[in-house]
Amino acid sequence: MKKTGAQILCESLIKEGVEVIFGILGGSVLPIYDTFPQYPELRHILVRHEQGAAHAADGYARATHKAGVCIATSGPGATNLVTGIACAYMDSVPMVAITGQVARPVIGKDAFQEIDITGITIPITKHNYLVTDVTELARTVKEAFHIAQTGRPGPVLIDIPRDIQQEQTDFVYPDEVDLPGYRVISRGHPAQIKKAARLIDEADKPVIIAGRGIVISQAYDEFQEFAEKAQIPVAHTLLGLSCFPGDHILGLGMMGMHGTGCANMAVQNADLLIAIGMRFDDRATANTKEFAPNARVIHIDIDPAEIGKNIPVDVPVVGDIKSVLTALNEEVEKREHVDWLSQIEQWRCEYPSQDIRQTGELLPQYVIRQICEATQGDALMVTGVGQNQMFVARYFTFTKPDSLISAGGLGPMGFELPAAMGVKIGRPEEVVWCVAGDGGFQMTIQELATITQENIAVKIAVMNNGYLGMVRQWQELFYERRYVDTKLWNPDFVRIAEAYEIPGVRVKRREEVIPAIQKAMKHPGAFLIDFLIEPEENIYPIVPPGECLARFFEPSRTETWKKKSGVSITEF
Amino acid sequence: MTDTKHTLVALVEDKPGVLNRVASLFRRRSFNIESLAVGGSEHPGLSRMTIVAIGDSAQVEQVRKQLEKLINVVKVADITEGDMVTRELALIKVKATASTRSEIMQIVSIFRANIVDVAPGSVTVEVTGDEDKVNSLLGLLRDFGVKEVSRTGRIALTRGSGS
Repeated sequence: MKKTGAQILCESLIKEGVEVIFGILGGSVLPIYDTFPQYPELRHILVRHEQGAAHAADGYARATHKAGVCIATSGPGATNLVTGIACAYMDSVPMVAITGQVARPVIGKDAFQEIDITGITIPITKHNYLVTDVTELARTVKEAFHIAQTGRPGPVLIDIPRDIQQEQTDFVYPDEVDLPGYRVISRGHPAQIKKAARLIDEADKPVIIAGRGIVISQAYDEFQEFAEKAQIPVAHTLLGLSCFPGDHILGLGMMGMHGTGCANMAVQNADLLIAIGMRFDDRATANTKEFAPNARVIHIDIDPAEIGKNIPVDVPVVGDIKSVLTALNEEVEKREHVDWLSQIEQWRCEYPSQDIRQTGELLPQYVIRQICEATQGDALMVTGVGQNQMFVARYFTFTKPDSLISAGGLGPMGFELPAAMGVKIGRPEEVVWCVAGDGGFQMTIQELATITQENIAVKIAVMNNGYLGMVRQWQELFYERRYVDTKLWNPDFVRIAEAYEIPGVRVKRREEVIPAIQKAMKHPGAFLIDFLIEPEENIYPIVPPGECLARFFEPSRTETWKKKSGVSITEF
Repeated sequence: MTDTKHTLVALVEDKPGVLNRVASLFRRRSFNIESLAVGGSEHPGLSRMTIVAIGDSAQVEQVRKQLEKLINVVKVADITEGDMVTRELALIKVKATASTRSEIMQIVSIFRANIVDVAPGSVTVEVTGDEDKVNSLLGLLRDFGVKEVSRTGRIALTRGSGS
């Protein structure tokens, strides 16, 4: 029996195990939407903006380790997906984005809502397709999911002209893909693993840099076994948080521009870095020329192009992290590193980056710590981008594997709310907190409607400081406090939430924090807390741009930090 | 590390948009292409691209690995270090009068080039060889007045029976 392109698409998605699709319809995808009622096993979540569809698919994918699927119409629908696709690309998130295209006879004629979305997304997709023949649609979907979900994951876009959605052909779903130009190296080379093990055995001051690759590979146990057997302290990249218990004695917390003093000092003074599933992003390394000057580098990653891209590497191991670590655990010797670990404990005391200063003010650090305590770490934390993200990264103790969902590479403000929807839909049994800044929250605030319509029980914490906080911090430290266009007039977020039928409370004082969090958690559905936090609170330490990782700045523990005192960034 | 010319040879799928993907990669990663030539290969459905890129060895290795990641690129190698045969074809239209034509023909003959078109005020020369040979001929012909030049850019294969 012949099937339409739209039916073939839906049946192919079902074959791939897809359960949820995030999207908005429009002219060029109407035949697909018209087919949805025939396939009740595909749940469609109607978002309010295509960027929300892409971020929700991204959150869903990060939470479930399956490709997230989003769909949009041609032209503006497709271009609105771009931010979300780019975000997934930067953070290696598996995603299949489906766009409608104008009918084949008018492609290239600048038809209404025609845009060259495959051309636009070449640099931000792992691969993309314009389907030009309905008989190739099933194979294309098969390939798209294979490419998105294997090797280093990433987004794949499929652009389907409207007439192909309506055209009929036999549906045959291929069992296998034939992609001669696509190879995944999954097992690390044994000789390289041996070389790495010898370097590890010989090192006196080793540090592990743990990246998102460990989370993607779901290698928590193998990784913990490795760190413990060789007794090597663990510094995390932002997206590597939650791959290792945050309260572990070997844990140093996050490194980088806003990393802990202890993590940055350890990395800079190491004689060996074992970089696992990370890409030496500039926010993690700071100035690369002065980065870890005495360290040899072992780099374990599934993507050969990451080796040597930003930092010269002594021993590369290309392969899937779980498999490489399993092999490495056999090879490395048990070590203790007593001197090195006691040096690290000294730094931990010297740079108490995790301390929250005692004050009557409502500090964002305090709020995050209270969410951590109220949930006992048993929550999935979705962040926005900026100060709120750094406060979560630094003050939430990640003890649950794979519990941070944050947009690290692209850094799109507005990620948090739609991504949290995707996370909650992907793992409905989990408590999901969405920590937003007041700036980013207003970039995708319309998704509150989706949350209500689909009954998605996310807890929203708005870190409301009345500023675009991270930019304001930079203006304060690097632009002599000229707060150009960072001050925000905000609506009353509690009343906004109420208009969307989401209950909420406003918190102005410290003593209101815990009751508000408890109220949010007791409420079965979505809930919003508008935290009116100290407006000019900064995230410290900070490595000024262009400086090396060891030149971080943080107010000393004895000094009561007052920005009004006029300490400028040049004085430290 | 110093910038040198590297010759990358890639087998790519003969599909729409592949050239765009390759060119986009070079642009996005800020790699310079000196020339890019593409045509058929011994495999049906696959084309062979010869790319001359300028950069230090680490940069070129990075671009090679990035090219390798493109799904439509089946294989890519930097053959600069090995023994290779390189050729380029150029068509040069040069001003020629009754008095200069024979001199031009002499030069063309020394270079084992061919005259492929003769018009009242010009001749068109076809030359094949490595870039140095093409540049030398072009240098000599400039004295007569070069009206138009079209060069294919380098194509290359490794020497010997291996691939």
